Amino acid sequence: MAEYVLIESRDPFEFANVGSYCRLAASLAKAGNKVTLFLVQNGVLQARIGAKDGGMAEAAKSGVTILAEEFSLRERGIGRDALVPEVKPMALDFVVDRLETGAKTMWH
Amino acid sequence: MAEKKTLTFALMDPPYESSRSTTALRLIDIAAKRGHTINVFAYEGAVALPFAKQKAHANAVHGRDEAAENHPLPRDWIAAVMQEAERNGGKVDWVNCGLCVDERGVAEAVEGVRRGSPADFWKMASASDNTLVIPTR
Repeated sequence: MAEYVLIESRDPFEFANVGSYCRLAASLAKAGNKVTLFLVQNGVLQARIGAKDGGMAEAAKSGVTILAEEFSLRERGIGRDALVPEVKPMALDFVVDRLETGAKTMWH
Repeated sequence: MAEKKTLTFALMDPPYESSRSTTALRLIDIAAKRGHTINVFAYEGAVALPFAKQKAHANAVHGRDEAAENHPLPRDWIAAVMQEAERNGGKVDWVNCGLCVDERGVAEAVEGVRRGSPADFWKMASASDNTLVIPTR
């Protein structure tokens, strides 16, 4: 089992391929890998309750851990209580933590 | 203290254009605070990030002088992360793609930046514990 960190910096309102990235995360998880979808910058917009789901819910159902970067949330005025339950706020340090441990880390 | 690692980052965005540059420098800053050896390969517009002739300016529209405007300069951030890494026992090896530099006329870079080619990125990535590529769109 490999560990993957898929960083999503885009939002599904502007980029249709956000859904493809979520499906990639879901596929990797279904194949038995440990997968985190890490939302950063405008990527956090899809984490709001009521926002268009670019495929995040399906990824979560497949076992993908979904995190939203705390600073990106604060910049956009998105509080913890505004997030869908599948998403947990996390510091950017998480990415460096995983780079240290050798996780396969990709940026979209 | 955690084991020191060698991490490589590839950047492609120019300054003042995208949040990606800011996020990339935040990641590098975190790694610098942990004393890691950090390689940066700047490609395309990212070679202007450490350009030494970046200048702060006033903002006449908002009636602010240069000091009040406090304009951020990526070259200062890069110098700061280099110093931060050294303070913590690490280092930042920043390589600017030479052809990208020539195309853009940004040869004057802050101290610590060297000229190279994509082959340097391959060498850096090959010798690293991990690599993160932050591409443009």
